[in-house]
Amino acid sequence: MTEEVETKDAIKTQEYFVNMGPQHPSTHGVLRLMLELDGEIIKRVIPHIGYIHRSIEKMSEKDSYRQIVHLTDRMDYLSNHMNNEAVCLLVENALEVEVSDRVKVIRTIMSELTRLSSHQLWWGVMGMDLGALTTFLYAFRDREMINDIFEETCGARLTVNYNVPGGVMFDIHPNFQKRVKDFIKHFKTKLPEYDRLLSDNVIFRQRTEGVGILSKEDAISYGVTGPTGRASGFSNDTRKHKPYSAYDRVEFKEILMDKGDTFSRYKSRILEMWESISIIEQLIDNIPEGEIQSPAVKQVIKLPAGEYYQSVETARGELGVYVVSDGQKSPYRLKFRSPGFSNLFVLDHMVRGYKIADLVAMMSTIDLVIPDIDR
Amino acid sequence: MFDFSTLTQSIHDYLISHLSPFWTTTVEWVIIGVLLIAFVALSVMGLVYIERKVAAFFQLRLGPNRVGKWGLLQTLADFLKLLMKEHITSKNADKFLFNLAPFIIVTASFLAIGAIPFALGLHVMDINIGVFYITAASSIGVLGILIGGWAGNNKYSLIGALRSGAQVVSYEISAVLSILTIVVLAGDLQLSSIIESQRDGWWIFKGHIPVFIAFIMFLIAGTAETNRGPFDLAEAESELTAGFHTEYSGIKFAMFFLAEYVNLFIIAAVGATVFLGGWMPFHIGDWAWFNDKMDYIPSILWFFLKVGFVIGLIMWFKWTFPRLRIDQLLVLEWKYLLPINLVNLLVVAFIAMMGWYF
Repeated sequence: MTEEVETKDAIKTQEYFVNMGPQHPSTHGVLRLMLELDGEIIKRVIPHIGYIHRSIEKMSEKDSYRQIVHLTDRMDYLSNHMNNEAVCLLVENALEVEVSDRVKVIRTIMSELTRLSSHQLWWGVMGMDLGALTTFLYAFRDREMINDIFEETCGARLTVNYNVPGGVMFDIHPNFQKRVKDFIKHFKTKLPEYDRLLSDNVIFRQRTEGVGILSKEDAISYGVTGPTGRASGFSNDTRKHKPYSAYDRVEFKEILMDKGDTFSRYKSRILEMWESISIIEQLIDNIPEGEIQSPAVKQVIKLPAGEYYQSVETARGELGVYVVSDGQKSPYRLKFRSPGFSNLFVLDHMVRGYKIADLVAMMSTIDLVIPDIDR
Repeated sequence: MFDFSTLTQSIHDYLISHLSPFWTTTVEWVIIGVLLIAFVALSVMGLVYIERKVAAFFQLRLGPNRVGKWGLLQTLADFLKLLMKEHITSKNADKFLFNLAPFIIVTASFLAIGAIPFALGLHVMDINIGVFYITAASSIGVLGILIGGWAGNNKYSLIGALRSGAQVVSYEISAVLSILTIVVLAGDLQLSSIIESQRDGWWIFKGHIPVFIAFIMFLIAGTAETNRGPFDLAEAESELTAGFHTEYSGIKFAMFFLAEYVNLFIIAAVGATVFLGGWMPFHIGDWAWFNDKMDYIPSILWFFLKVGFVIGLIMWFKWTFPRLRIDQLLVLEWKYLLPINLVNLLVVAFIAMMGWYF
């Protein structure tokens, strides 16, 4: 692996390995990357995962469907609501239960709020990875408002557990609409500030533009979904292609870019935040009346024997839940197709020939959440 | 205006009347050494506190506010904590060089601070090649970074040290060239005569746009020389964990930390002295009445206000800008700053020759 390379000046150089992680400030968790370096140039990246593996899939095989929902919060903890929703939608589709419009709209609003909060955190961390430390706390100022809304709605700020099969756990708080509107009003003034602080910065542009290009073909063949894939022009938004909840009744654009460089991936998330705001604005004023839990879903849920698949769009990409049921109260086999896992392994392809600093920038724009990769 | 040389002269006279010349010099050097160390320790503590507060205000936080009134003693508490930490030397480290590196860095900073005029008549030595001496002394510091990065037997440290070597050596040129514009205008390398030449106005106001450009260049190059953000590639915590001082712990780490802030002070002090008149009050040409009023403000206050202003500028962009990449950093220096500086120096030389400054 580390053969000696003889340069034309007959100076012998050697490529060397650096272990980036599992404890490293910019791997955002316990990801370990083995970098094969030639000076500062990256020759190869070997991701090692498994440091936070909690065997959620295996645990699901002996849990009831109501319990599985709670485990999914702990996968991609920034897309917690969407993870819950994926399992709940799967159960509802398998039981052929129709949830009320109220539940659909609440779920959609909550999903978009989660997406906003995830992208906010990502934006803050992205700046920090590139050395602009201030962005992190700017992002947290705005994210705090969303967390407060979550706390008021369901008592939890991060692992919300708000969805249950057949509906949502509680009705929304009377303040919900007002607080969401306040947040949207506040955040609409702050999002341009994000652009002023980071997107328009000369150093930031130089660090990101034309760096780490991922072509559309590669994005498709690696299965790169979410804003990362859409920045390469790969149209993969589950909300558009396989609408669930209330996404079929709102107007929004799927953000598609064509360059596929680090800046496109950055910009696509910023633009996606605007779309999320617009979705919430369309729904917040007309939440229909209706029951919040469908009585058709029994306390003990037994799915009819068969195979089921449900995908949702999390903040990171397409999350798929695949369940094989043998008619018992727990699944025979459950498999999560997590977006982070597929997105991580495109890193090696993107980063070869770039520098360590570029790797950090690219890793930021892939927006990795390590528990999502390991599960 | 109070002249500190009357104070120092009276101390000298007192000592010489009681002691032999040899012991007088010895006692004087000891006093100066103790005062310098005390000043450095206090100013670094102050700077760390200010930096944390400034960062906090930039980041919508409160900053340290628990230890002491307004958190004033936080830095002291942190320093005590660092004193008590274990010295960890990594396996297969070159122990001698590993322990030597922090001392080299701190020594270089102390050497440089010796030539800075703090107020009228208040300086350790007013050598006739002051500007040259300060740049020479402060550039020794990079040796400490290189040695420290190498000796720790850590790949992150080594990358950080190599980056730092490339960076400091490059940006030294720009820093010196931008100071050189003022040397050309003032016609002297001695810091006291550079300050004296600003009696009728600071160079940044007298020297037209070229001097302003030189000031900006100096700020950029100076920040890069002190390895501060956005040029903190040697540390680059998101890439290299802590860069060249990854392996250092306890008081050895504190010495790197100390040196960083002393260097910040030196850069700000040199910038303030050369471009903003040092301790010289704000004077406008021959407005004798106005200039007299300005002289009521003590010279030491003028100096520290200006240093504070420059430090504020440097902190401002540290907490706002993202970090550059190593190749962009070198491109910025060799392709942009250096040519601009050279042309700027020529323009200033022409201005000085024709006497076209105020």
